[in-house]
Amino acid sequence: MSVTLDIRLKRANKVYHEGEAVAGVVLLVCKEALQHHGISLNMEGLVNLQLSSKSVGVFEAFYNSVKPIQLISSTIEVAKAGKIPGGKTEIPFEFPLNTKGNKVLYETYHGVFVNIQYSLRCDMKRPLLAKDLSRNCEFIVHSQPQKAKVVRTPVNFTITPATLQNTRERSLLPKFLVRGNLDATNCVISQPLTGEVMVENSEVPIKSIELQLVRVETCGCAEGYARDATEIQNIQIAEGDVCHGLPIPIYMVFPRLFTCPTLETTNFKVEFEVNVVIVLHDDQLITENFPLKLCRV
Amino acid sequence: MAAVQWRSSGRNYDAELQRCRPEAALVEFGDYHPLKPIMVTDTKTRRGARKGSTSSSSSSSSSVPPDPLSSLLDGTDPLSMFAAASASEPPAMSHSASTGDLGRKRNEKEEEAVGPDFEPWLSKRGEILARFTTTEKLSINLFMGSDRVKAPSPGSSAVSEKVRTRLEELDDLEEGSQKELLNLSQQDYANRIEELNQSLKEAWASDQKVKALKIVIQCSKLLSDTSVIQFYPSKFVLITDILDTFGRLVYDRIWTMCSDPRPLSDSFTVDDVSDTAKETCLNWFFKIASIRELLPRLYVEAAILKCNRFMNKCGIQETLPRLTAMIRGIGDPLVAAYARAYLCRVGMEVAPHLKDSLNRNFFDLLGAFRQIGSESVQNQLVLQRVEVPEYLTLYSPAVNWILQCIAYRAPEPLLTEMMERCKKLGNNALLLNSVMRAFRPEFVAARATDFIGMIKDCDEAGFPKHLLFGSLGRSLACADPPESERLTILNEAWKVVTKVRSPQDYVNCAEIWVEFTCRHFSKREVNTVLADVIKHMTPDRAFEDAYPQLQSVIRKILTYFYDFSVLFSMERFLPFLDMFQKDSVRVEVCRSIMEIFIRHQEEPTRDPVILNAMLHICKTMHDSVNALTLEDEKRSLALLIIGFTRMVSFGRDFEQQLSFCVEARATFCNLESVLVQLIHTVNQLAMETSRVMRGSHSRKTAAFVRACAAYSFITIPSLSSIFSRLSLYLLSGQVALANQCLSQADAFLKAAVSLLPEVPRSISVEGKHRSSESFLLDFINNFLATLLVVPDHPEHGVLYLVRGLLNMVQDYTWEDNSDAKVRVYISALPLLAAMSQETYLYSIPKVDSNETLYGGDPKFLSEINKLCETLIGQILDHLKTLCRDEQSTRRQGAMAFSLFGVLLAHGDLRNNKLSQLAVNLWSLSHKHGHCEPRVSVRTLEYIRHQAQQADMTHLSDTVQRLALQSCA
Repeated sequence: MSVTLDIRLKRANKVYHEGEAVAGVVLLVCKEALQHHGISLNMEGLVNLQLSSKSVGVFEAFYNSVKPIQLISSTIEVAKAGKIPGGKTEIPFEFPLNTKGNKVLYETYHGVFVNIQYSLRCDMKRPLLAKDLSRNCEFIVHSQPQKAKVVRTPVNFTITPATLQNTRERSLLPKFLVRGNLDATNCVISQPLTGEVMVENSEVPIKSIELQLVRVETCGCAEGYARDATEIQNIQIAEGDVCHGLPIPIYMVFPRLFTCPTLETTNFKVEFEVNVVIVLHDDQLITENFPLKLCRV
Repeated sequence: MAAVQWRSSGRNYDAELQRCRPEAALVEFGDYHPLKPIMVTDTKTRRGARKGSTSSSSSSSSSVPPDPLSSLLDGTDPLSMFAAASASEPPAMSHSASTGDLGRKRNEKEEEAVGPDFEPWLSKRGEILARFTTTEKLSINLFMGSDRVKAPSPGSSAVSEKVRTRLEELDDLEEGSQKELLNLSQQDYANRIEELNQSLKEAWASDQKVKALKIVIQCSKLLSDTSVIQFYPSKFVLITDILDTFGRLVYDRIWTMCSDPRPLSDSFTVDDVSDTAKETCLNWFFKIASIRELLPRLYVEAAILKCNRFMNKCGIQETLPRLTAMIRGIGDPLVAAYARAYLCRVGMEVAPHLKDSLNRNFFDLLGAFRQIGSESVQNQLVLQRVEVPEYLTLYSPAVNWILQCIAYRAPEPLLTEMMERCKKLGNNALLLNSVMRAFRPEFVAARATDFIGMIKDCDEAGFPKHLLFGSLGRSLACADPPESERLTILNEAWKVVTKVRSPQDYVNCAEIWVEFTCRHFSKREVNTVLADVIKHMTPDRAFEDAYPQLQSVIRKILTYFYDFSVLFSMERFLPFLDMFQKDSVRVEVCRSIMEIFIRHQEEPTRDPVILNAMLHICKTMHDSVNALTLEDEKRSLALLIIGFTRMVSFGRDFEQQLSFCVEARATFCNLESVLVQLIHTVNQLAMETSRVMRGSHSRKTAAFVRACAAYSFITIPSLSSIFSRLSLYLLSGQVALANQCLSQADAFLKAAVSLLPEVPRSISVEGKHRSSESFLLDFINNFLATLLVVPDHPEHGVLYLVRGLLNMVQDYTWEDNSDAKVRVYISALPLLAAMSQETYLYSIPKVDSNETLYGGDPKFLSEINKLCETLIGQILDHLKTLCRDEQSTRRQGAMAFSLFGVLLAHGDLRNNKLSQLAVNLWSLSHKHGHCEPRVSVRTLEYIRHQAQQADMTHLSDTVQRLALQSCA
């Protein structure tokens, strides 16, 4: 006797905001009537923090993982113990997405050391000799749009051997001059990062120009805090020895789930940066870093 | 039974004819007539039309019966009307079409948006694949996911299960394998790409969307590899095929997602699209936006550009400029140029109205042109040992395409502006070439002199000049430059063309310019051009590699010069033909010449130049026939040659015509149908002579017609088809008789008779074996009819030929169980009856038939009667044998009835025995009830009708007995 349990959300994109209701149906498909001891539905929002082994050591990282922070949790009973007729049964449900007290619903974010996740879990208890059924379904929360207006201030940059820090032998570097600008560093998350970069001249041919999107996650705990920067994605915007003097567009879409509005709380921080990376033909890397401030409007 | 006595009934043919002729009823104009309604209306319309155009009197126009065929053609004929209707009809079907062929349907619709005058990519595709080839070894480098930076995932709890599996799927689809296929030949490469195309479709069909996307990404990555650069354009074509497939798959899938419950209309808006479909679409775009490498990201997004329609109204409008700008990031100018071409192609397909990004693309292309001279490109060329001119030609498909997109229905000022821009770039030859190829021929033609100037100014070392002139020539072949400049243009162009060293390059270019020359100049110039081509192509037998081009030259000349007297008066035309030394090609060329000749030569000719040349050409075609030639091939060659011989006429100079036929016979001896035609021609010639002499030959013409007969007589035996031989013998015999050549006629007929035993029992007709019996019977009946007028040979006995024929018939091995022999006997009876008349039914003027030779000699008559009696005896014997089974009694009845018919028509039934025989036959034919009652009734009616006539009263007696019999 086979039965499938599924949760279908009403919204195709599964995106909800605080104050809205998460609505959908629990879908049961079975061939014949089915006895059960109750179906319940649980909504939960959690922040998982993980300490990086780099900053605290392997064992500490393993043991000291910080307790998850619960953002929201509620349970409802979808059906009392009884029988479900054979065929397809749809049981509609609705959860109000409201927080208790002064808690804030952070935006869904899948990171390395910080994860903010919202899920629905449907459990069906069944009589003896039959396994209980359970089904998970993640939904996405977008935080409330920011009230303040975003002022986009363009950022110009120039990269030459002289502007570089962190080099051992400045004199060994080939000559080059790269100019560019970002249209803004305080970005709206739903809109791409834009700008231009132009190679004015370069002694050594250029192999590639890339945009590296980096997340900076900070977890605070009893022993202090750990700050780690990891790459989210790397987008190539120029390949090969590009035409000098021709502006090349900078364009990057912020990936969903892996980015969220810049977040700063008492326990953890999530920030983003972008690196403009110029790879020279001899595989030398030239990187220019720009902290970003993401927001949602 | 042998005691049957034959008496032929006397006939008065004239009187019978009079009796049979229906009374001539005069049809008054305006009376009812079945054919009339059509004619009346037509006459009226035609008369009206004619009054307007010519001044011929109305009376004459009404007396000319209108030709129903031509009147039909006056209006639009049904086919073209149909075609016109279907062309204007909008494709209303697409709404209800099933999803299966939706893609195709939509494609058609797109074409429409662009218009049929836009040369589609598809036609370029093959050309590029054929042109850019290599013999070097290629390699395909597919990293299936290995270069993807694995997201460091320290704890499984950190990443949700689903996302993790997704990532793993992305990474390990092929176990992160790096496949590198080395040493592929070009064909292998194409096959591999096609395999990838297949696996893309398979992956898609089995719902492995991620794998499908990976295949596409890996394929588009191959486009950044410019090793074996000569092959790059072809590689581009192959790989963009995959991208097209992918784009179509994605679009169709999202489209079907919205087609529930009813299909989306073609002009849907964003509001018609369901949320799920939008979400899927968005997902694709996010996925593509995170592709690491520039080139795959660019190509894949371009491939699914059309899907923007599902998301928002102006998506395409915003994406195109962005992608255009993105291409600036591609360092290699060749790769960038092709990426632009692809973008323009997709743009034209999806949003042909967005011209701006096309122009943007072109200007960016111009901007990046100096990259070609850059160090990295030059290094690459040195490394791959590719010359700069060759390298530059690699650009032309892409640049041509971009310019074609821009020039399509573009206003004149834009084109002028484009040209100015190209000029500014120091007359870049590559651009110039593309401008000439892509812009409207009229535009180019009007500025031809300017273009020539620009071409001259071009740098020698860069793009090959002959290609530039080739492109110019191509435009000029379609559009006419101003009249005053034409000669200068030709001179200038040819000056360059003739200096091209490589024969292959030369002929490619010359071939194009031949069209221009033919179009605007006389044979003198064309002759010069031909001479030049010969001069270039003869050394080292260079023509051997250039047959297609040379053939095209011939074709072009033939389209403009179809007056063959002009054509052959070009001194260089025949020497030009001599360059086709490969048999198959030469025959093909001859064939195309002959086709044109037959189509355009309206008057028969005797021009010795034409005749000689055509004879030469036909001989070439004829000589290509050998034992291995297919029957079909032979037939079509023979048709062409026959077409030529029919066009030869020496007017009144019959002897010359005959000697032409003699020559032709010698030349075309391997093609039987040509020989048959020649015999017909000669026979016709003889008859024509007799017509000119009004039937009475002079000594000279008599000798001539005998020569004609001799010609036929010696030609016929060389034919292999026995029935053509037989019928030609008979026909030639008739012609000989008509020309009073008695001994010749005798010889023909005798030859025919002696040929009869050789007739096989079955012959093959259109590849199937069929019994020859019916053909033979037909022939014999025809032959018998001729024998009536053939006078007996003085040295042979009475009815020598008839007896000879009947003997042959008797000895012939007929098929078992066949009545054919008896049928011949039955049909011989009317002949014999006709021979015993005082005046014959027909005769040949100036030839005395047996009627006059014997003058009704009783001995002659009794000879005939005896023969008849023998025949009837034989027939009756045969009838007796037919009584075994149902089948044979049926045959018996039918034959008895036909013999009865013969007796009734030709026998003298006053004779009691004959009339008794007739009655017996009647009853025999009705004995088994196989007789068609209607036929019997009509026969009886006929006899009764006959009996009413004065000299036929005896029939009433017979009919009484028949009637009684039939009632019983």
